[in-house]
Amino acid sequence: MSNDKQTNLYWKKNILYLAVLLGVWFIVSYGFSIVFANSLNSVKIGGFKLGFWFAQQGSIYVYLVLIAVYVFLMNRLDKEFDVEEK
Amino acid sequence: MSIEIWTYILVGLSFAVYIGIAIWSRAASTKEFYVAGGGVSPFANGMATAADWMSAASFISMAGLISFMGYDGSVYLMGWTGGYVLLALLLAPYLRKFGKFTIPDFIGDRYYSQAARMLAVFAAIFISFTYVAGQMRGVGIVFSRFLNVDIEIGVIFGMIIVFFYAVLGGMKGITYTQVAQYVILIFAYLVPAIFISIMVTNNPIPQLGFGSQVNDGSGMYLLDKLDGLNTALGFAPYTSGTKKTIDVFFITAALMLGTAGLPHVIVRFFTVPKVKDARMSVFWALLFIAILYTTAPAVAAFARTNLIQTVSEKPYAEAPVWVKNWEKTGLIKFEDKNKDGNMQYVKDKAANELTIDRDIMVLANPEIAKLPNWVVGLIAAGALAAALSTAAGLLLTVSTSISHDLLKKNLKRDLSEKGELLAARVAAGGAVLVAGYFGINPPGFVAEVVAFAFGLAASSIFPAIVMGIFDKRMNKEGAIAGMVTGLTFTTAYIVYFKFVNPDFNTVDHWWFGISPEGIGTGGAIINAVLSFAVSRVTPKPPAEVEAMVDDIRVPRKA
Repeated sequence: MSNDKQTNLYWKKNILYLAVLLGVWFIVSYGFSIVFANSLNSVKIGGFKLGFWFAQQGSIYVYLVLIAVYVFLMNRLDKEFDVEEK
Repeated sequence: MSIEIWTYILVGLSFAVYIGIAIWSRAASTKEFYVAGGGVSPFANGMATAADWMSAASFISMAGLISFMGYDGSVYLMGWTGGYVLLALLLAPYLRKFGKFTIPDFIGDRYYSQAARMLAVFAAIFISFTYVAGQMRGVGIVFSRFLNVDIEIGVIFGMIIVFFYAVLGGMKGITYTQVAQYVILIFAYLVPAIFISIMVTNNPIPQLGFGSQVNDGSGMYLLDKLDGLNTALGFAPYTSGTKKTIDVFFITAALMLGTAGLPHVIVRFFTVPKVKDARMSVFWALLFIAILYTTAPAVAAFARTNLIQTVSEKPYAEAPVWVKNWEKTGLIKFEDKNKDGNMQYVKDKAANELTIDRDIMVLANPEIAKLPNWVVGLIAAGALAAALSTAAGLLLTVSTSISHDLLKKNLKRDLSEKGELLAARVAAGGAVLVAGYFGINPPGFVAEVVAFAFGLAASSIFPAIVMGIFDKRMNKEGAIAGMVTGLTFTTAYIVYFKFVNPDFNTVDHWWFGISPEGIGTGGAIINAVLSFAVSRVTPKPPAEVEAMVDDIRVPRKA
């Protein structure tokens, strides 16, 4: 495969990762924590109403996991396409 | 030992550390001054970014804000952390690969235009100055409250310290000072939070205590109890909001996009050696930020519960000492309107007798939890660390914008390396003086313009950078049209409701119920749509710019 094709494929995979991760980011921030917060509040975990918990705790933990997953996926992708900096 | 002696000792020690680091890490080249030589480890950079980001407002005011706003306060928690996901995925790795020093560098090169560069310079300087005035004021207030000196003297003290390590060390000095400042500020935040969590719920981890039962034997969960206390006094239940959903949505988005577009934060990711390190340092940064940001809402709930139980309907004569102490500073005001000798703290303004400043929730925590005097001193050192670290990062952005983007890249291109370094130092010194002036004579609109900083970053810098990376076809005409329109729209909306017609600043008059705090999201959308449309009907960017975009998209050519 030519270099250009390889680079294109690398970029496409990158975009796919972004779409999935940002999708989760959007649903958790704006769905769970804002738009559907009231409905989720009918579920309780310990002393937390779920919607409230997502808005003040859960969303932040999810953000951390998203970045960790992104770092892992991209490092793997860099190796796969042999584009990591030496 | 008294509180005052402890404060002098702890603040003095922390300042000695900062000055020591400043002397050890003097910058010798522009690369060291602008990006710390590009050799910072991701872990250290994460810590420095966390300190850079968390300001006096995060440390002192945020928990109090949430305490009074309940669920509505979530916009700050999510807005100021969710932006890091955007930074990690959309900006940091690519800007690191781009490999120059500043945001205007990127925007000027990517859009092959001095006009675009100057727009970015203007936005960077405006945003940074807006922010820094508040930090210097914060330094002054901490000094005056804990050490009984005038606010002016406090500000001057802060200026001298920042001057020392920002002017001498540039980014290198700032980075390693910020690492120390993070350690101090997080320790100062967690100690009282852990004690107050144990006091209210027996659980030493505030994030869990927040969802535990209160230990008064009632078996009630803290948040249920707080909902009940709030509603009994006429306030909205703590766990549900009063703002419109669309407004919460827009404010959260504006804070996220703004966070990801703040120049002093973005520039931190130029300081690590590799693309991989840039990704990893965003993770560390958010981890270090999250430690404080997940503790803050817990502190908010504990403090509010404590506050209501301590004061509501209780005789003023028997109020605890801390109420009287903070009354002296004017942060608590009591006026016995119905002359019954009890303190009525209710939503209804006519019947409410107690006015409580939000900052008290963090500042008075050690006293409410009856913690030893050294903890109070620690809070002072922590608040100063938070304010100084943010101020230094902002001042560096201003000085870089002037010496590098304005002089070297525009007005005086034959400037030598030595000349540029000198210009950067002079600009940093000048910026410290201006910031100090605003700290001593705060313009009345400081609080009003913070929304501005985020709105402008969200509606100009963020879309311009993201489209520059992800849309190869984006050209100078599109980007400039988008930035100018986004900036103008956002500015006009905020200026109208905040300054021209403040009486109209209510939900009935806002467009679609969106407050000025959230309008930056609208500006960003307008920017993106217009840029896209204009770029498709104007010429393609030159081939070398397309090659540059290809280049920043991969860490290394295969």
